[in-house]
Amino acid sequence: MDEALLRGLTPAVIGILVRRGVDFATAEDAVQDGLVEAVRAWPDNPPQDPKGWLVTVAWRKFLDAARADTSRQQREVRVEGEPMPGPGAAVDDTLQLYFLCAHPSLTPASAVALTLRAVGGLTTRQIAQAYLVPEATMAQRISRAKRTVSGVRFDQPGDVATVLRVLYLVFNEGYSGDVDLAGEAIRLTRQLAGKTDHEEVAGLLALMLLHHARRPARTGPDGRLVPLAEQDRSLWNTRLIAEGVDVLQTALARDRLGQFQAQAAIAALHADARTVEETDWVQIVEWYDELVRLTDSPVARLNRAVAVGEADGPRAGLAALAGLDPSMPRHTAAAAYLHERDGDPVTAARLYAEAARSAPNLPERDHLTRQAARLNAQLRG
Amino acid sequence: MAKYLLLKHYRGAPASVNDVPMDQWTPEELSAHVQYMQDFADRLEGTGEFVDSQALSPEGTFVRYGGEGRPPVTDGPFAETKDLIAGWMVIDVETYERALELAGELSAAPGAGGKPIHEWLEVRPFLAAPPTITE
Repeated sequence: MDEALLRGLTPAVIGILVRRGVDFATAEDAVQDGLVEAVRAWPDNPPQDPKGWLVTVAWRKFLDAARADTSRQQREVRVEGEPMPGPGAAVDDTLQLYFLCAHPSLTPASAVALTLRAVGGLTTRQIAQAYLVPEATMAQRISRAKRTVSGVRFDQPGDVATVLRVLYLVFNEGYSGDVDLAGEAIRLTRQLAGKTDHEEVAGLLALMLLHHARRPARTGPDGRLVPLAEQDRSLWNTRLIAEGVDVLQTALARDRLGQFQAQAAIAALHADARTVEETDWVQIVEWYDELVRLTDSPVARLNRAVAVGEADGPRAGLAALAGLDPSMPRHTAAAAYLHERDGDPVTAARLYAEAARSAPNLPERDHLTRQAARLNAQLRG
Repeated sequence: MAKYLLLKHYRGAPASVNDVPMDQWTPEELSAHVQYMQDFADRLEGTGEFVDSQALSPEGTFVRYGGEGRPPVTDGPFAETKDLIAGWMVIDVETYERALELAGELSAAPGAGGKPIHEWLEVRPFLAAPPTITE
């Protein structure tokens, strides 16, 4: 059974129930119950019309729940009298679901959880596992999110930028547990790109594809982080790179640049270099200039400084770094790298060790500690 | 979201404001304290921020490898150990400020006389998973 295909039906079917007058939270529960039943029933008995099947079963689940809830007796009477919704309704509300689940009234974490459930069709347990929290906690996070958006009108147009921020968060979380969040983020962004014509949606999809292509090379056999410069580029997924570049070029041709297109362009330039020495750092710096102009983000400025160090030499990189807040994450690591390139291993070793102490995650800390250890061993000579 | 450990010490933290040992409390004060902790955890589950909560026995043993073919070497407990952890709560919150706010609330758990203990808690961030996009 194609679970991604099944889950891909989720937002459209929720939309159909909502248009039938069911409130969003109840419709979402009913469709989840329908998904669970599909996972049970489809392997032995695959339906001819999966969407129609899911609509019918979700509708029945809704009726069952309404009947079970005596306080909703009035509604039961009302819905019982109505005909079954037909399969494949004319309106596709998938896009509306994206907007609702990324509504600006939600905190980022709530929007992520709700999107994964109501748009992605993942179970609460799967989402809880992915984010390493108890299932009960995730269930509450999702039901609070549903309450928060309960007053939002379903047919209101939303802002694509908020949806993209949520999908970016899902992708960047990487993956843990048995749910591949990066893969899921790509699926949801691809689906969104199919429902809307927006160059930044394409930009984000390209960015994800280009980074996902490098995944096999990002970690060594022992689980250690392999930095871009040291990756075995033969492990990069050329099919994903080709698709990412293709999607990006189509988006860039529209001449409406945004931050995700700029980030994707940087990733594409890295992907284009068969060896690290062939990297076109001059062009990469130009794209970072665009990114800084578009976002004014300190992270972009920091990455730009490192790229300047490659394009114009470590002294230029250190000069670019000097203008930035030294307390920002990865500033010390960048300084260590540039000092090493500048032929000052003593300063570099000290800074690598310092950066390791403030690293935000374990693989990065291990990597930075290893860099310090390597230089210290050289210095002992 | 980021995970934080709210760490409670038997020993090693600065003295609380309401610094009366638990065995000097009345049974009602003890019950009120336990109830407060439970309610706090329940409330955090409700807000989708609760991850874990555990208490530790003060009795511990130090253990180390004893060499090839030998049993592990044990030692302690050491009465002079400066830092003795009593337990923890793990939370998953949107901001560091939120972690501080919750630690402050947890530290308000009632002790002797039903008054807040004002116990010092240590807030420690978890080392997270590395992000996918770094450059």
